[in-house]
Amino acid sequence: MALLAIAGLTKRFGAVPAVLDLDLDVAPGEFLALLGGSGSGKSTLLRLIAGFETPDEGRILLEGGDLTALPPHRRPLNMMFQSYALFPHLSVWDNIAYGLKRDGVPRTKRDARVAEILAMVGLDGFGTRMPDRLSGGQRQRVALARALVKRPRLLLLDEPLGALDANLRERTGFELRALQRCTGASFIMVTHDQQEALALADRVAVLEQGRLVQLGSPRAVYERPATRFVAGFLGAANVLDGVPDGTGGLDCPGLATTLRAASPLPPGTTACALRPERIAARAPGPNSGPGTALGPNTASGVVEDVAFRGGNSLLLVRAPGGTLLRVGHAEEDGPPPPPGTLLQLAWEDAAIVPLSG
Amino acid sequence: MRRLPLLLPALWLAVFVAAPLLVVLALSVARPDAGVPPFALPFGWNGGPVWRPNWEPFSLLVADGYYLSAFLQSAWVAGATAGLCLLLGFPMALGISRAAPRWRGPLLMAVLLPFWTGFLPRIGAWTGILRDEGWVNGLLRGLGWADAPLPLLYSNTALFLGMVHAYLPFAVLPLYASLSRLDLTLEDAAADLGATPAVVFRTVTLPLAAPGALAAFLLVFIPAAGEYVIPELLGPPEALLVGRVLWQEFFQNRDWPVAAALAVALLALLILPIRLFQRLESRR
Repeated sequence: MALLAIAGLTKRFGAVPAVLDLDLDVAPGEFLALLGGSGSGKSTLLRLIAGFETPDEGRILLEGGDLTALPPHRRPLNMMFQSYALFPHLSVWDNIAYGLKRDGVPRTKRDARVAEILAMVGLDGFGTRMPDRLSGGQRQRVALARALVKRPRLLLLDEPLGALDANLRERTGFELRALQRCTGASFIMVTHDQQEALALADRVAVLEQGRLVQLGSPRAVYERPATRFVAGFLGAANVLDGVPDGTGGLDCPGLATTLRAASPLPPGTTACALRPERIAARAPGPNSGPGTALGPNTASGVVEDVAFRGGNSLLLVRAPGGTLLRVGHAEEDGPPPPPGTLLQLAWEDAAIVPLSG
Repeated sequence: MRRLPLLLPALWLAVFVAAPLLVVLALSVARPDAGVPPFALPFGWNGGPVWRPNWEPFSLLVADGYYLSAFLQSAWVAGATAGLCLLLGFPMALGISRAAPRWRGPLLMAVLLPFWTGFLPRIGAWTGILRDEGWVNGLLRGLGWADAPLPLLYSNTALFLGMVHAYLPFAVLPLYASLSRLDLTLEDAAADLGATPAVVFRTVTLPLAAPGALAAFLLVFIPAAGEYVIPELLGPPEALLVGRVLWQEFFQNRDWPVAAALAVALLALLILPIRLFQRLESRR
């Protein structure tokens, strides 16, 4: 049975729907990322689950019990806030003990739990510090400890790594993942950072304008984006428009070629996604000029620009039909071709992913 | 040239604060004397500088229970006024700080609106409302709830009505300043950790508003301790407050040294809370 079950959830601010008819199940012990841009409704969804917003329609069930009408303080889940929201007038220890005190946990048991969780997040001996005497990373750990100390079955995290600098972010991400495994709690994390979502989550839910547009494992969502939006948002895939050729392929005038997937494209498909790193580029053969395609899933084009990105480079290649393709170039293949080079491009059938809108 | 901006306030303080203060200090150790003005200065020139201070006014303040009880009564009236202002001002400030942003400006303006009227007419208006033939007694009689007029004016009720009315804005403004700075996600976090709204208020809102509340208390207490006009116009005749005693010593007894000593003592006693306030302000 799902730990959290959301059914038909809708929340409007005025006439604008922030969350629209959303269904979502979260399994026990699962790490789910809610991924979306600003205004996608991901933060509103988190606030609806925590109880800070009241839905206009729909229900939220936790372990079968209906939460929808409960105020935040009666919901058996906890939240870590984006700003951390540490109480500035309480010490680290009292911040963490706050929730236990509200539950009437006796003093000795309370102290033991606070000490245990402080050790868990690596802040032994920081109990007497005031929040304004901590670094950003330490504050983040205190916020995490405070949210975990009541051992919730479900923890909500609002951009948990958002306020950390890049160096700390990766390490803290791994620690978050480890904490999630060792507590066995389900984590729902809101993020706008696709790398973070792909790296940490068991499943990624992509939101667009209050709707859930795709839900799946990071690999599935990345490799087989369902819509134009997901393809563009995750890893910035090439979105290729075309006309069905009647035999399960897609005629793509912008590339002067026909796209074919491993199996015939669903009828009505007018766009496909193609990841930059799935395109193989080589110098053209002797009898090929610009505009000659050597069959389906091949194209040619001229390099317009090159961006070095550390482990690889990104080429912008203009096809004769006018489409600008993003093409990956691995470092081990030597230096990337300079702008102006004519390239022959090819990709496998499996790299073509039909998009549904 | 760069010191010029400092010069003006320094000059202002020297002429209008330091110099009068020195005069009052000199007066407080002067000798009462029959004449105009009715005192003899404690210093002079008699073939050389002469310094003959008279400590009697101060020893009188300590020895005579009359003055001590005036100080205590003043402290009580000022403390009760500040407490009442805090009690009334806190919900007002909380309400304004939680109102929709477009309402905050107009509501704050409404708090300050009484300042648009002169101080004396505002206090004088209470006389019209509270006297035996005033509006309140007229209404009570008209409704048949009272046969004889209630003695409202010249009572502690009237005194505190006037004091709270006059000083409430001084409490609302610092409370509003600290409450509007309060991060509302802290209250969300407390609720998320299991605190009921009442517990959120007690454990988060109230402690975080405490510096503002202290500022509000002192901003009312300090001027209220020396208040003369409101007790005189509205308060009971037997109310013996420092302001009134000072006035009596100065204008009725024409004992300028004792009046000056009273003023110096009041100032010295009020510096204590002012210093406390400054220390708390600088710590923030």
